Amino acid sequence: MIHAYKLGGRNIILDIASGAVHSVDDAAYDVICVYEDMREHEPPAGSGELKTLAKRITRHIEKKHPKLSEQDVLMILVDIELLISKGELFTKDSFSDALDGGKIGGGMANSFAPIKALCLNVAHTCNMSCAYCFAKGGFENSTEQKLMPQETANKALEFLVSNSGGRKTLDIDFFGGEPLLNWQVCKDTVAYARRLEKETDKKFRFTLTTNGLLIDDDVISFANREFHNVVFSLDGRPDIHDKMRTVPGGGGSYGEILPKIKKFVKERREKGYYIRGTFTKENIDFSNDILHIADIGFGEISLEPVVTKHKNPLGFTMDDLTGLLGEYDKLALEMQRRKAIDKGFNFYHFMLDLTSGPCIHKRIAGCGVGTEYLAVTPNGELYPCHQFIGDDKMKMGDVWQGVTNRKLLSEFAVCGIYSKEECSCCWARFYCSGGCAANAYHDTGSISGIYKFGCELFKRRIENAIMLQVP
Amino acid sequence: MQRIVTIKTRSLSKSLIDGGCGQCQTSCQSACKTSCGVANQRCENTKPADISKTGLQTKAR
Repeated sequence: MIHAYKLGGRNIILDIASGAVHSVDDAAYDVICVYEDMREHEPPAGSGELKTLAKRITRHIEKKHPKLSEQDVLMILVDIELLISKGELFTKDSFSDALDGGKIGGGMANSFAPIKALCLNVAHTCNMSCAYCFAKGGFENSTEQKLMPQETANKALEFLVSNSGGRKTLDIDFFGGEPLLNWQVCKDTVAYARRLEKETDKKFRFTLTTNGLLIDDDVISFANREFHNVVFSLDGRPDIHDKMRTVPGGGGSYGEILPKIKKFVKERREKGYYIRGTFTKENIDFSNDILHIADIGFGEISLEPVVTKHKNPLGFTMDDLTGLLGEYDKLALEMQRRKAIDKGFNFYHFMLDLTSGPCIHKRIAGCGVGTEYLAVTPNGELYPCHQFIGDDKMKMGDVWQGVTNRKLLSEFAVCGIYSKEECSCCWARFYCSGGCAANAYHDTGSISGIYKFGCELFKRRIENAIMLQVP
Repeated sequence: MQRIVTIKTRSLSKSLIDGGCGQCQTSCQSACKTSCGVANQRCENTKPADISKTGLQTKAR
């Protein structure tokens, strides 16, 4: 019902089902924490009952709060009951019922949703050889087509348009491998999309994810005109980056890509971008890499824990968890300090728009993997997302025939918060939406599994994200 | 309320009624690519939070 925690010197009460956030003092924190267990009846209670409850709670917490009077506790209880009546505290989660009753769905949650986005893997080849790349051993080693032909890219757009239902804005991500190895196809795909926009009521929005090596003036000017977002891969401190992100034959890439990325970002002006990196067991002190990226002038940063197969020496184990959680806490406090002196920056996982965030429909629908969002290989095969590519069991169809693996589609459609017991009672369920299906699949063998390590990191990130919003 | 300060948030319960348009960005299009959630996405049908008040960068991502 609630998640109560102390972080960054604040006492925070999150009302899980309503999303309400309360900042409370020590006394109110302890009263709220025992309120549900100690009350005898559902609210609203009569004044006599409240006084009795105040007396019992005062006695219960008197060692911790010796100066707190029964009248003080009574006033807190009155406030609690007011918040309950407003639906901002101890709110019952009735969304599961709404889901069953069809009030949640409407083409989104747990249904066969119209497709809204495609990840176009335009190049299944790369000009880098990164130590942790999830493509290694997958498409990189396969004999399949390496570069997506224009005809396939165009067909993918047509597939998206014809399966997008009422969705107006359609998202395309140029991904790989390294998409700039197939740059002309990226450009011609944008041109084709602009033609389709004139023939339909759709609007395309493009993202490019690049390692930076092939950035030139043509890429910068085209992308800054056409692309909604550009994601640049950079891992942080030069020694960390160069150890992980090497060019074939050896040697780091930091020195070569940094000036290019800086120029690109500078010329993007107000358009969106992210510096996106990966951290591994080699840099458990990853907050220093985020701060390095901020120090060299970037304000939009995302750094992700590596996803590896079991027993990969770069991968994390539960033994690493405490250290990693501490890094998020440390980072949050440093971000707060920098913001106060006008040197703030954004860290993707701490970004939380409490007033204009996603609706409950979206929070239950989740990231859209396998339903709203699909990945396309260079030869036009469809997968639930880029992280499943290369796994034959996860192939969903192709851009010519559409989604033919209806069984797999059904599995993704029902996989969510309320289909997993652990998720349905977790306080963070409306923030993670049940977690990443690919992470779950790779860790447990099932998209319905729980990637516990990822859950713990996610929860601490959200705790910090909320904390940073509390004055 | 002296001891409880409520931070302004979007009511998830109310969003059951006023949400669900389906126009929002799919999560993996954004910056994570390997561990997405939805919490840090912005609703495309509500007014973004005032940057000066929250410190949030709400520009497109």
